[in-house]
Amino acid sequence: MADTMQFDLVSPERKLASGQATSVLIPGSDGDLTAMPDHSPVVTTMRPGILVVDMDGGTQEYAVTGGFAQITADGATILADEAVPRGEVSMDMLAERIATAEAARDGADGARADDAAKRVADLEALRDALG
Amino acid sequence: MPNLKDLKTRIDSVKSTRKITQAMQMVAAAKLRRAEEAAGAARPYAEQFNSVMAGLAAGVGDSGPTLLTGTGSDQTHLLIVMSAERGLCGGFNSSIVKLARANAKKLIAAGKTVKILTVGKKGREQLKRDYSEHLIGHVDLSEVKNVGYTNAQDIASDVLARFDEGEFDVATLYFSQFESVISQIPQELQIIPAHFEANEDETASTLFDYEPGEEEILRELLPRAVATQVFSGLLENAASEQGARMSAMDNATRNAGDMIDKLTIQFNRTRQAVITNELIEIISGAEAL
Repeated sequence: MADTMQFDLVSPERKLASGQATSVLIPGSDGDLTAMPDHSPVVTTMRPGILVVDMDGGTQEYAVTGGFAQITADGATILADEAVPRGEVSMDMLAERIATAEAARDGADGARADDAAKRVADLEALRDALG
Repeated sequence: MPNLKDLKTRIDSVKSTRKITQAMQMVAAAKLRRAEEAAGAARPYAEQFNSVMAGLAAGVGDSGPTLLTGTGSDQTHLLIVMSAERGLCGGFNSSIVKLARANAKKLIAAGKTVKILTVGKKGREQLKRDYSEHLIGHVDLSEVKNVGYTNAQDIASDVLARFDEGEFDVATLYFSQFESVISQIPQELQIIPAHFEANEDETASTLFDYEPGEEEILRELLPRAVATQVFSGLLENAASEQGARMSAMDNATRNAGDMIDKLTIQFNRTRQAVITNELIEIISGAEAL
């Protein structure tokens, strides 16, 4: 069994990280999951949360605000809407995202309102985890 | 014969024009480098995204959401025409508009309804002449210095809201693909209903588990796919614009140089003619005495 797998973290605007990782903890929208080498192929959406990567250079953590992840036996690719290294997260930015999500929740109805409410809750959980 | 002072003024004015075009060329070159970098940085995301979507789209077949399979009609077309906010970039704006106009004409001739959404001022100005009744919206990016994903998201959510309200059946994006400084190719790309080309056979053939379910993922990702495509269109367009401006300004600088040379020769000849004339007058004056 391979010890490491290819890990890529990309956002629409740029590639944020790439390298060999031993495990990646992904905040999936149905719950956290950890991808390790030889994981069965999965595509999952992500909720706002913290992505933890064990790489050669140590553990790295990124705050992501959503997106999705593609996991194969020899790699994990994270396509985040926005991703920031944990140490560089600005609370103002996060507060802004929460405000946008709240506005979306208040404007929506039906199933969409539930989704929007979940997003607000996830973002708030992310804020509490960081703060 | 133009007098010396007029010529001198003209030479000076052409010289200052050359200075301006030279400066614009250098600014465009610097901006082009940045725009190219941004386009390159965004490419991995778009590629990964497309390969995931290709796998997903192949899996659901005809039962997918309307964003993927279409509304079942192609009566109303939305053309999203992206152009620059500024001129002085050669044929950049005109070539995009030309392509869009040709297609609009074809669609109208086929009896379809055409709606046009413009991004960027210059394209709108050109389309207003013939298609003013088809224009349904405009996105102003003149305040935006570097296009970001949020700009694309705004455009995409506007387009998606219109789609949800049944305003159109098919959406096509018009932008310019950046090939090189001297070549930018106007492109059309159909974004709704979406097409994804599987470029890597290995990812397409891998059977993925989908979490939550395929349908939920598709519903979540398709709007994002629109934003991603709009974003890459915007980035390509930004690079193309700067490339086109750079070569246009390079030409302008060269033309100004040629003109200065020509005017200088004319200036020297005129000056010599004046001197000769004066000499003749003096000599014939002296001989008369």
